Amino acid sequence: MGIGAGATMLAGTSCVTRQASSEQDDEGGEMTYRVNPSTGDRVSLLGYGCMRLPVLPAPAGAPENEDGGIDQEEVNRQVDVAIAGGVNYFDTSPAYCKGRSEKAMGEALSRYPRDSYFLATKLSNFDESTWPREKSQEMFENSLKYLRTDYVDYLLLHCVGVGSFEAFNHRYEENGILDWLIEQRQNGRIRNLGFSYHGDIEVFDHALKMHDEGRLKWDFVQIQLNYVDWEQAKADNERETDAKYLYGELTRRGICAVVMEPLLGGRLANVSNNLLAIMQKDRPGDTPAKWAFRYAGTPENILTVLSGMTYMDHLKENLKTFSPLHPLTAEEDATLMHIARLMMEHPAIPCTECQYCMPCPYGIDIPSTFAHYNQMLNEDNIVDDARDPHFAQARKRFLVGYDRKVPRLRQAAHCIGCGVCAPHCPQEIHIPDELHKINAYAEKLRRQA
Amino acid sequence: MLKTVRVVLAWAFFLAITWLFLDFTGMAAAWFGWMAKIQVVPALLALNIAALAVVALLTVIFGRVYCSIICPLGVMQDGFTWLRGRVGTKKKRKNRFRFTPNKQSLRLGVAVVFIALLCAGGAAKAIASLIAPYSAYGRIASSLLAPVYDLANNGMAAVAEAENSVTFYTVDGSTAWNAIVTLVAVLTLVVVGGFAFFKGRWWCNNICPVGTLLGYLSKGALYKIRIDTSKCINCGKCGRECKASCIDTKNHRVDYTRCVACMDCIGNCSTNAISYSVVAPKNDHKEDEKFIENKAEAPKAEAPKAEVKAQDNGRRQFMMTGLAVGAGTAVAWAQGKTTDGGLAALRPKHAPERKQPIAPPGARSYKSFHDHCTRCQLCINQCPNGVLQPKISLDGFMIPEMVFTTGYCRPECNRCSTVCPTGSIKFITVEERTAVSVAVASVDYDACLAAADGENCGNCARHCPAEAIVMVEVSEGSRQKRPVVNPALCIGCGACEHLCPVSPVSAITVEGRDTHVPVKPIIG
Repeated sequence: MGIGAGATMLAGTSCVTRQASSEQDDEGGEMTYRVNPSTGDRVSLLGYGCMRLPVLPAPAGAPENEDGGIDQEEVNRQVDVAIAGGVNYFDTSPAYCKGRSEKAMGEALSRYPRDSYFLATKLSNFDESTWPREKSQEMFENSLKYLRTDYVDYLLLHCVGVGSFEAFNHRYEENGILDWLIEQRQNGRIRNLGFSYHGDIEVFDHALKMHDEGRLKWDFVQIQLNYVDWEQAKADNERETDAKYLYGELTRRGICAVVMEPLLGGRLANVSNNLLAIMQKDRPGDTPAKWAFRYAGTPENILTVLSGMTYMDHLKENLKTFSPLHPLTAEEDATLMHIARLMMEHPAIPCTECQYCMPCPYGIDIPSTFAHYNQMLNEDNIVDDARDPHFAQARKRFLVGYDRKVPRLRQAAHCIGCGVCAPHCPQEIHIPDELHKINAYAEKLRRQA
Repeated sequence: MLKTVRVVLAWAFFLAITWLFLDFTGMAAAWFGWMAKIQVVPALLALNIAALAVVALLTVIFGRVYCSIICPLGVMQDGFTWLRGRVGTKKKRKNRFRFTPNKQSLRLGVAVVFIALLCAGGAAKAIASLIAPYSAYGRIASSLLAPVYDLANNGMAAVAEAENSVTFYTVDGSTAWNAIVTLVAVLTLVVVGGFAFFKGRWWCNNICPVGTLLGYLSKGALYKIRIDTSKCINCGKCGRECKASCIDTKNHRVDYTRCVACMDCIGNCSTNAISYSVVAPKNDHKEDEKFIENKAEAPKAEAPKAEVKAQDNGRRQFMMTGLAVGAGTAVAWAQGKTTDGGLAALRPKHAPERKQPIAPPGARSYKSFHDHCTRCQLCINQCPNGVLQPKISLDGFMIPEMVFTTGYCRPECNRCSTVCPTGSIKFITVEERTAVSVAVASVDYDACLAAADGENCGNCARHCPAEAIVMVEVSEGSRQKRPVVNPALCIGCGACEHLCPVSPVSAITVEGRDTHVPVKPIIG
């Protein structure tokens, strides 16, 4: 057990760790693996997220909301590279990629022996139409069909905590689906049962209480963990809870954690220049993404760190980071905590561009609007005072950039506040409020012509 | 030398005025807006006495230099004439012109009809503006050149975007562009350009009412082209190269009503017998009127009629195609959400039927707006919000109207009032602009999402810059609210209509005011 150097986090020992390796051996090393105490699965520390699969460009003349379908050839190629690099955990959902993720992964993975990889998928029964027992069961059966298998290694109740207790009860308790899932675990169609958590902390605590009281045993729980959410989750988004607490609660019970959003929707891969400078001082040449992945992979009770890799380059860079993963030192950990505090001085909208909120019935491009605002924040282009010497340039950058990123008719001005989007947001961003705030800011800039 | 001065000045005016129609940043308007305001027909419509006096004085002193330098349509024609001198056989390129008698009755007739049409107003004015030289050129520049300029700009913007620069940004000229206006522009270009190509300044000296008007003034101009018969060797070259066909070489006479003071003849004379001067050479004594009224056999105009007819057919076809393409289809809305990602299709918006079209702030009343407009399309091209669009109907053909489908009349903008040369939209400051109501909003409660569907919308109220819309409980204690417009505060900017989620026709629409009404100004 190579706990040693980097164990600055809570001393968790549920996930047994990897082979030892030297700090210098960066190129061409072996993937780091962790062992799931529940089933003994030896899981690659880099998990393959299937939420942002590459798509083909839309054919000429197609409506702007269309794409050219999943780029299956590219998916296969990336899966090949990932598996060759030692990745063996693949995380998908019936909802991902407009519902096309499972089929694409089924096609890519069925080319390999079923026992050579672990499949994670979810019961994504958010919509009321999928609450009835038969509908939820059908969703699970479809997952098996699409993934071309007769069992799932890791099944998650998707987005537990979003919509609080009511939603939890509707989705899993009242329809008896939770008992049915436990049954499926008993008969081997589900090897590990867990849930992914966002939002209402009471639901998280409730779920763990069920575990404590013996209602059921959670084999694993998927949480959002990164160096901002560790201690600054509330500052970033008041509806979220610090990962430190979530991780601590799981570790205390010996439940291993799967990490999602290690880059906070890409935000941690794209930090502002002053923060980059701090990172560069400590480890010249390391990318912000590598810093963030090392942070997420360091705690011992992490089974795997999911990364949705649209581009081959990202995949290859991540393989390097995790082969093997060098845990953070105490100094490096302190550096990241300092950076997280600096980030929170100018809070961004905690959007991870997961697209769950989309499509907006009124045609608004919500994630792009938030991404533009966050980018402007990052580049120091949000300036309130017209007397600021930087104001004219910042104003132009904001307005021109806004029109470039989001067509006028899809901008925040058209948000009527219907709220269809908000319940789908795993970050529980109050989307209409944020859109109205962004619009008010843009409007203020326009008036200062 | 004088010709060089003329050519340089003509280029300067021509390029500046053209840029005025292409620019979308407002920079050209700030620097060269005055060039549009000294154009004769706009100045007449604006009753801009100062501008008219300047042009009159200029003509009385220097002859029709206005036609050679200031008028963009005149300079454009010189371009076509020049082009003819560069193509074809040498025989065809040289000695293209010969003196023709003045067709005084045609000129006067057209001018009288022009003035009568202007005074008649309505659809008649649209016909008059077809031959008004400045607006004719304006339509050519805005319909044919502006799209190319925008395209080039957008190419630069794409490069800038790749470089993460905001120096250039994409513009959407599609709302300003109109197929019918473009057709009119093409016809104008073909007819006027065709005449210029084959017959020099024929259009200016037979049809153009401004040319006729200035012809009267230039007859007694101080500076004129004068022929010194003691030096003249009767070679006739000046006459054969005169694009205005106004030099009667046999009699050593010049028809000053048609001379546009281009100075070409001075350089063409091998014996320096022609000068542009105040004092007449000794032998130049009889430039009497009788000569001008010479009504010798005028050669009939041939080509143009047939040409016009052919274009007419083309136009009909064009309109039919436009109609077929224009018939859009509504797309399904708000689908159930079971998977994530993707963008909902945007539903196209249509402008509502307005009993009273809306004139922009500065116009004071729709009638005044309508009566003064020369349909040059300058304000349409300058509008940064895509609100002003040419109207295509018998009444008000090619006149701008306010359309809120792609934007609204933003409260910080007064651009159109700074560029309009005709007084159709009089200058108005940004502060004054928010203190005038050009239209007033009203709500169709049967269509309104908040009133009819109980949706918690209120987008109109949220965006009203005048805070003229309040969300009021449908009944006491009810959580459902509906928008109510305070007509005393509404400035008619169209923000509510533009941002209303109901489509294809918004549930809240603005109806134009006959006469603009002062309201409480927007503060801040």
